[in-house]
Amino acid sequence: MSYIAKSPWLIHYDGSSCNGCDIEVLACLTPMYDVERFGIINTGNPKHADVFLVTGSVNEQNKDVVKQIYEQMPEPKVVVAVGICACSGGIFHDCYNILGGADTVIPVDVYVPGCAARPEAIIDGVVKGLAVLQEKRDNLVKGTIDAPAETAAEADDSEKTEEGGEQ
Amino acid sequence: MVKIIISIIAYLILAPIVGGLLAGFDRKISARMQGRVGPSVLQPFYDVFKLFEKEKITVTKVQDFYVLIFVIFVIASGVIFFGGGDLLLVIFALTVGSAFLIVAAYSSNSPYAQVGAERELLQMMAYEPMVLMTAIGYYMYQGTFTVSDLLVVPKMSFLPLIGIFFGYLFILTIKFRKSPFDLSMSHHAHQELVKGITTEFSGSTLGLIEISHWYENIFLLGFIFLFFCNGTVLGYVIGVLVCLAAYFLEVLIDNCFARMKWQFAFKSAWAVSLILGVVNIFVLYVVF
Repeated sequence: MSYIAKSPWLIHYDGSSCNGCDIEVLACLTPMYDVERFGIINTGNPKHADVFLVTGSVNEQNKDVVKQIYEQMPEPKVVVAVGICACSGGIFHDCYNILGGADTVIPVDVYVPGCAARPEAIIDGVVKGLAVLQEKRDNLVKGTIDAPAETAAEADDSEKTEEGGEQ
Repeated sequence: MVKIIISIIAYLILAPIVGGLLAGFDRKISARMQGRVGPSVLQPFYDVFKLFEKEKITVTKVQDFYVLIFVIFVIASGVIFFGGGDLLLVIFALTVGSAFLIVAAYSSNSPYAQVGAERELLQMMAYEPMVLMTAIGYYMYQGTFTVSDLLVVPKMSFLPLIGIFFGYLFILTIKFRKSPFDLSMSHHAHQELVKGITTEFSGSTLGLIEISHWYENIFLLGFIFLFFCNGTVLGYVIGVLVCLAAYFLEVLIDNCFARMKWQFAFKSAWAVSLILGVVNIFVLYVVF
């Protein structure tokens, strides 16, 4: 039996956005939503984290930061893009310095659209991410580490293209 | 001899289970105090099992070696305690263990881990005098440093050592890494300096540190237990109840205070050691 999905520790990073989604991420930790009941702990350390929540779009200045946080996380790990900016760039999409969503620099497993994404949607996204985490763990055990599993994210993927409008 | 071996084996098997459950109740009670539902009581076990499933990222190979020595010494000091050994030996073995955790954090060369290690050193300086005075207090009143003798002494040590008892309770907050003294590293969702002394440890190494923390908590509570031993079952029952009450008190303190600066931790710990510890020992010296 694997315990990876029972104790997901998460780290959140805000790219370039209005900070609204970041505040909603923190709202998940409050008594109202209490994600700790799923064993989720908000850690500040990528080396302890299993789930990476990216809010806000990626720009020229923070792309290395996003990449570095992702690389410092030990396998297995999942990335959840929270909010429409992290999914596709959102309202900042056409800015000269914006690369786009988080998936322009790191592989994203779950997309949670919304502006700002509601805490319920974020929790739902993280729980979906746990299924991906479990799958990645199983693949690690089997020794077949293939490209980041996108299966569980496919449903959300279609939503993303509708709202974000990839170019 | 057989009795000693049985109690050592019981400690090795039961201490992580009880320690982990205590940590689980800690998180549950903390959550209830904050108006949350909180995780399952078994959550600390899930966390540690998960950590052993994660990929191992090691900055320098030597740090895992140091952490292993830390774990061995912490468990060894517990074994000495539950084997009925010398209290001073317990304290010194624990100090050596803690020193190796600090060395491990330094060896990673990460600035966050190093600041955490420096704070851990300061914390050690803050609590060490009081821990030593606890052992000295036992010796002055009961005439022995040996745990197996202290278990069957005719008189309870609590009242004559009441100052030392409260002083020990004070530094227990530092040892348990609870607010206001969780400077070098803290549990729960608190964070400062990334994760302090454990910043560069991940996966199974972090899991080992967590397990040794459970071992450590159990025999630190054992020190409190000794205050109430008088050779009767009633004394043992009171001892266990007071241990649980002390743990609850630490959780309550953890939830009531914000983190203080290291200056406050250091000064207050030494002031408490001086006032409660030294005065108590002086009174013992004069009276007995």
